[in-house]
Amino acid sequence: MEKIKGKIHIVKENDVNTDLIYAGKYTYEILTPEEMGKKTLEDFEKDYYKKLNVNDFIVSGTNFGCGSSREQAVTCFKGLKSGGIIAKSFSRLYFRNAVNKALLVIEQREFVDYIFSKENGENLDIEVDAENGVILCDGKSFKFAPLSGQAKEIFDAGGLAEYTKRKLAAM
Amino acid sequence: MGKTLIQKIIEKNSGKRDVKTGEIVFVKPSIVLSHDNSADISKTFEKMGPKKVFDPSKIFIALDHEVPPPDSKKALNHSIIREFVKKYGIVNFFDCGEGICHQVLPEKGLVEPSTVVFGSDSHTTTHGAFGAAGIPVGRTETASLWALGETWLKVPESFKIIINGEAPKNVFPKDVILYIIGKIGADGATYISVEFTGDYVNRMSIGGRMTFCNLSAEMGAKNAIIPVDDVTRSFLRGRFNKEYEPLYADKDAEYAKVIEIDVSKLTPQVSKPHKVDNVSPASEARGTKIDLFFLGTCTNGRTEDLEIAAKILKGKKIKAGTRLLVYPASKEVLLECLDKGIIKTLVEAGGEINTPACGPCLGAYGGVLAPNEKALSTANRNFKGRMGCSENTEVYLASPATVAFSALHGEITEYQGD
Ligand code: SF4
Repeated sequence: MEKIKGKIHIVKENDVNTDLIYAGKYTYEILTPEEMGKKTLEDFEKDYYKKLNVNDFIVSGTNFGCGSSREQAVTCFKGLKSGGIIAKSFSRLYFRNAVNKALLVIEQREFVDYIFSKENGENLDIEVDAENGVILCDGKSFKFAPLSGQAKEIFDAGGLAEYTKRKLAAM
Repeated sequence: MGKTLIQKIIEKNSGKRDVKTGEIVFVKPSIVLSHDNSADISKTFEKMGPKKVFDPSKIFIALDHEVPPPDSKKALNHSIIREFVKKYGIVNFFDCGEGICHQVLPEKGLVEPSTVVFGSDSHTTTHGAFGAAGIPVGRTETASLWALGETWLKVPESFKIIINGEAPKNVFPKDVILYIIGKIGADGATYISVEFTGDYVNRMSIGGRMTFCNLSAEMGAKNAIIPVDDVTRSFLRGRFNKEYEPLYADKDAEYAKVIEIDVSKLTPQVSKPHKVDNVSPASEARGTKIDLFFLGTCTNGRTEDLEIAAKILKGKKIKAGTRLLVYPASKEVLLECLDKGIIKTLVEAGGEINTPACGPCLGAYGGVLAPNEKALSTANRNFKGRMGCSENTEVYLASPATVAFSALHGEITEYQGD
């Protein structure tokens, strides 16, 4: 897999919940991932999505994505073609949904602490090597554990929908 | 080394022996739950290219999240689901008015102890009240489960939470579990299977147990379980009529944490905005003016919840200028409450009775907040904007008793018991 190059955007909070990422009032409207993208973090900051260019990363604190099972809180980032999320930790369900939707989610406390401690970390350039588990940013390198096993198989297939499709076709 | 309850349940439902914590295994569910999100799930499902669902009797769908539908988009959602149900012969479909998925599933005898219930809803943890592993998954995963009839799980570590003591008469299971969440934190049990035991838990009703397991999602738990006992058996009798094998943790099972709690001196608790683990004694929030009081949801919309509220409100009126919304959790609950005169009491006190469903809990319809309003609710989440508006709104969570008693005063007021 190619290295992903983008910029970082900081959501300097813990427990960023799924209601904040993708408001409940939209969950039963059938929207395309691109339309969902425009709702991203709307209750955190109006028009937040405008900041996020292709391959950009969100950097956030602990328990990112806690709350509901709503997958749109993952899909909205896919709709924006975001590089992924780097957080100190993720809620279990968010992590699982991300794997199932092939959104790159990385747990790396040290990196987040480093970025949070900087005066002006917003918009720094970042390069992520998901295959080998390396983040390059601000002249520093941070390692993380890349996906493995079942989760990697699903991610590499492009998500669980594609994975299941292949499995069904092979049955 | 002995095994935890979740290890035993996973072994039983994966056909594997001696599963280790951290190991990945494929598990077969006894039932797969979903709700209004089934419209979207059905689209993903059909894109996967299956010819049929894995077992039409093991898919459960209840319409509850936007009932009755407030606009044509949501009505369309429901009609897509009804079509799907017909096309694939789904047996356990419950249309609008039947109630909230987590209430209807056990009421209809569809939760089997010692099995795995996967659900496309984060409060699927509720079904641990019946000795099952209720595990939340996302929509894509639900579609995949409909097609394949199995998915993978990482065998989780477990916490054992032992709760002892006799609670004061103004303290309810909701207060106890809010207190626990305040202690453990919103991510304190992430990836963890929680086992509740202790004499307080043993005496708790099925409703209280559901409240416990439901709210465990708010400390990040993968699932939460209360082992089968006579309370479980008496609820299941006449509903679940097949043989089942109750499972129990071994005495020497290994826990990541053992937490002991004594409830004998506990006071009523509230969870303050905008995080569920922002818990304090209700007395500390005393005097907070409230616009909307909300009795209902899968956390506390059962007969015993509405009954305690009715007892407090009987012959009285809620504070002028406030509203009291009542959403019974199911048709069965509504009928019971009608029989017992609970509904009459609540209406006379100023309550608005609604169709059994989720209501404004998720902020999509049915009594959402206006800017600058505050709600006191029996639900399980108080995130910013959760009740449909994020412009200077606040949601507080408490027990049905605290909500009812506070409604008389128009502000958060500690219920002292009668
Ligand atoms: S009542 Fe609220 S928490 Fe329960 S299922 Fe409905 S929306 Fe979710």
